[in-house]
Amino acid sequence: MRWLWIDRIVELVPGQRLVAIKNLSLAEEYFHDHFPASGEMPATPIMPACFILEGMAQTAGILVGHAEGFREKVALAKISKAELSADAVPGQTLRYTATLQNLDALGASTAGVVELFDPTRPGEATTIGQIDLMFSHLDHNMAGLDFPAHNFVFGESFKTVLRMSGVG
Amino acid sequence: MTRDEIFTKVQTILVDALAVDEDEVKPESSLTKDLGAESIDFLDIVFKLEQAFGIKIPQGELFPENVASNPEYVQDGKVTPAGIAMLKARMPHMTLGAWEQDPQVMKVQELFTVGTLVRFVEAKLAAK
Repeated sequence: MRWLWIDRIVELVPGQRLVAIKNLSLAEEYFHDHFPASGEMPATPIMPACFILEGMAQTAGILVGHAEGFREKVALAKISKAELSADAVPGQTLRYTATLQNLDALGASTAGVVELFDPTRPGEATTIGQIDLMFSHLDHNMAGLDFPAHNFVFGESFKTVLRMSGVG
Repeated sequence: MTRDEIFTKVQTILVDALAVDEDEVKPESSLTKDLGAESIDFLDIVFKLEQAFGIKIPQGELFPENVASNPEYVQDGKVTPAGIAMLKARMPHMTLGAWEQDPQVMKVQELFTVGTLVRFVEAKLAAK
């Protein structure tokens, strides 16, 4: 099973925009390592920024894949921009909004906004980041490399999220 | 739009796409050798050129494709005379220069300079 960093797709406008959420739980193991108590410092569970990036990459990747009927093997190829201004902690929810900027046979570019919801401030979203990405369609790579025929990018775990979100 | 105006816009695009400083982007700078562009950057640059200049760049028009895999165009790692003729015909914005004396296929990418992009955009805008 692929390590999924989104829990649910909440909006899909095909070829334009995909919105997904990620609920953060203290039961997730990585929180205990990032960061554990050390000396005088108490434990500080915050979500590593690389996992937030992966969440946006999965959100935007599904948007790009969906736009071509999941025929293409869509791979993250470049992080054009990544800015995060706040930590995300257990009990909060991240909302990723990915917007398709360009799409052609070789790949795609997306713009993304990361928002944070905290249950102590219901209904109030705080924008905490911008993550712009580029994706390559692996079978059309410029290096002329061959990849396996089956679509290993959009496997069972992604299909499960799509189905459970009512968009599969 | 003048050539200088095109250059300034191309410079802004490359600073953004390749995370380089403005003064590194000179007309003679090679995109790969001097500015560190990788293959995905070429797609990024195409998208950004399309947006900035309101032009459409079909696949294979700016950067040559399927050259290396074609035995008519490449033999023993070198571009054949037929391949060179094809590049000249299909890629008039490229300057082959001294490369023609030792036309290694691996070095084709290095021929793409900032000036190449400017000439390409200039021709596209003129044809609009």
